[in-house]
Amino acid sequence: MIKMEYYLIISILMFFIGIYGFISRRNMLAMLISLELVLNAVEINFAVFNRYLFPERMEGLFFTLFGIAITAAETAVAIAIIINAYRSIGNVNVTKLNKLKD
Amino acid sequence: MVNFIIFCCLAVMIVVMSILAVTAKKILRAATYLLFVLIGTAGLYLLLNYHFLAAVQVSVYAGGIVVLFIFAIFLTSNKGEMVETHNIRRIIYGVLTSVAGIALAGFVLLKHRFLYSGNATVEGDTEINMKMIGTALMGTEKYQYLLPFEVLSVLLLACIIGGILIARKK
Repeated sequence: MIKMEYYLIISILMFFIGIYGFISRRNMLAMLISLELVLNAVEINFAVFNRYLFPERMEGLFFTLFGIAITAAETAVAIAIIINAYRSIGNVNVTKLNKLKD
Repeated sequence: MVNFIIFCCLAVMIVVMSILAVTAKKILRAATYLLFVLIGTAGLYLLLNYHFLAAVQVSVYAGGIVVLFIFAIFLTSNKGEMVETHNIRRIIYGVLTSVAGIALAGFVLLKHRFLYSGNATVEGDTEINMKMIGTALMGTEKYQYLLPFEVLSVLLLACIIGGILIARKK
């Protein structure tokens, strides 16, 4: 039988790998990819807690569903901002992006 | 037993691909590794008997978000460009933060005893049928989710308008 802790360990590893990428990357799209890893780890947690601890309920399932939808919305807006920044400064390097207005 | 072997394969795939996704030199490869991580996560949802969630994960993440990433990469990267990393001090800070976080969270997790014992729904094939999900998503009573659903639709509308407004040409 797969124990609950195994799922949670995978989720912890994915979360902190994402945090490492968010700190160490300089490209904004790469930082956004790391952010996806973090959010994905959180959604695994919701589903696992629901299945193992409260199997007769569906709260974790719906939190995961809404979380996926919110992640999609957030990614779309972030990519729009990144493309706009690329138009004004010519690359997607986060250290070059030190002014918001042109 | 078969489930456990599948779980181990998925676990190894997810962890290795996550590490590659944050360390790959080419940004397009990082997006591809992210795709594999997301598909592995869909496999975990299937092992947990959340079939609807696995379908949503594949269609929204692998079908929507990764394609969006790939288009954004094509729109913003110059030819043959590699991802520059920060200086070595920044990387060391990142490694220290992650290792400390993994140690702390892992300690708390393994010290805590969760109260589930022989939960029948984990091993069996008891999937939540679509009718239950539909009623809970569209109902207005207790433990039903019509209001968050509508709020989410307003959020998506705001996101569409914001995306057009931000990314349009001057």
